[in-house]
Amino acid sequence: MCLAIPGKILDIQESGQLRVGRVQFGGIVRQVSLDFVPEAGLGDYVMVHVGFAISRVDAFEAERTYKLLEEMGALEAELPAEQ
Amino acid sequence: MKYLDEYRDHRIARVLAAEIAQSTTRPWVLMEICGGQTHTIMRYGIDEMLPRGIELVHGPGCPVCVTPLETVDKAIALALRPEVILVSYGDMLRVPGSRSDLFRAKAQGADVRIAYSPIEAVKIAGSNPDRKVVFLAIGFETTAPANAMAAWQARYHGLTNFSMLVSHVLVPPAIRALMVSQTNRVQGFIAPGHVCTVMGCKEYEDLVRDFRVPIVVGGFEPVDILEAVLMLIRQLEARQIGAGEARLENQYVRSVSRQGNVPAQELIAEVFEIADQKWRGIGSIPRSGLRLREEYAAFDANRIFDLGEITVDEPAECISAQVLQGLKKPPDCPAFGLSCTPENPLGAPMVSTEGACAAYYHYRRHSVAS
Repeated sequence: MCLAIPGKILDIQESGQLRVGRVQFGGIVRQVSLDFVPEAGLGDYVMVHVGFAISRVDAFEAERTYKLLEEMGALEAELPAEQ
Repeated sequence: MKYLDEYRDHRIARVLAAEIAQSTTRPWVLMEICGGQTHTIMRYGIDEMLPRGIELVHGPGCPVCVTPLETVDKAIALALRPEVILVSYGDMLRVPGSRSDLFRAKAQGADVRIAYSPIEAVKIAGSNPDRKVVFLAIGFETTAPANAMAAWQARYHGLTNFSMLVSHVLVPPAIRALMVSQTNRVQGFIAPGHVCTVMGCKEYEDLVRDFRVPIVVGGFEPVDILEAVLMLIRQLEARQIGAGEARLENQYVRSVSRQGNVPAQELIAEVFEIADQKWRGIGSIPRSGLRLREEYAAFDANRIFDLGEITVDEPAECISAQVLQGLKKPPDCPAFGLSCTPENPLGAPMVSTEGACAAYYHYRRHSVAS
């Protein structure tokens, strides 16, 4: 129930108070409320929970951390075993 | 899928597990709060990748599991009224009440409908003006913004046939209750990443300060959990040699910021207020829940329906109370996998997609020694 999954905003429609977008999750596209992520725009990834985007994925942070983790993996592969 | 697959990379997982093993010099007891995190741990065997000395204890972060028995019984009672359409998140349908569950009520002819989003419940009310729509609004802070929006929209559109049966729980008071308990063994917490996505990290900084316990805000994929464990172990080991104080760290940086989601917090505050809350299996924790504000009284099913006296009765065999507090593990329960299965659950943790018992049942059943 507290699971949120990342999806990409394909388009945005504003109707009065509400801001809704079509968001793509792998092969599926769903209507998602963007009311809580005014900073999110076309092409951004958002974390979606029960039909609502609750955060914009910080692509910069995600890149940075992932690169660090990847480097750890690559490094381990190059170093000889300790024991 | 982007931002998902990368965090399931088994090479990175193995490297993190090795790093954890290298960093661990003594036993530690860690708790992951969220049921979604418990499921990832069980599904990917993360507990089995960790050195023997690290014990992962499962927390009460399963909103379906902690919804009070009385609330389930009230939902069933309402669903059985012919004028009511009871709308619920799918997870709640098979949660056992005292005598029945929503699925059985539906089988008996009650109009029970599943919604993926609370807005669907508002739409059902709009399309069925002659019926009374009741939405079973449960969840932790993650779901509060969406549930708040449903109430807000109903009020905005002037609906007179929509109400919510609210059972919202808050994580920080539960951690507090665990930390002051005599039986607590937890030395470090993985905080729930999506709760913090909404609420930010401030409340957890307060917990770190008050209890001097390391807390790392963690995501939900295997790499997230392992990285969070590594960050906790590094803090705990450093403190052992006097090289640092407990602090709040954020592993889930791609979704969690220190301030959290401010528009969501503002809507929650506009629609809900903090209240004492009963947690199924645990009991009442002061100021650990949300209820609809006075301005939303017309949308509060608890206030507009006369639900009379509901007596509650948990099956004697169910030890979910101890499982939710991390005192026992599901296989410790004599009923586990025998009289209690997902098809025939004795308690909520066997039903919910985030319940610890369900996690063990689905991923660990065959390795449970008899």
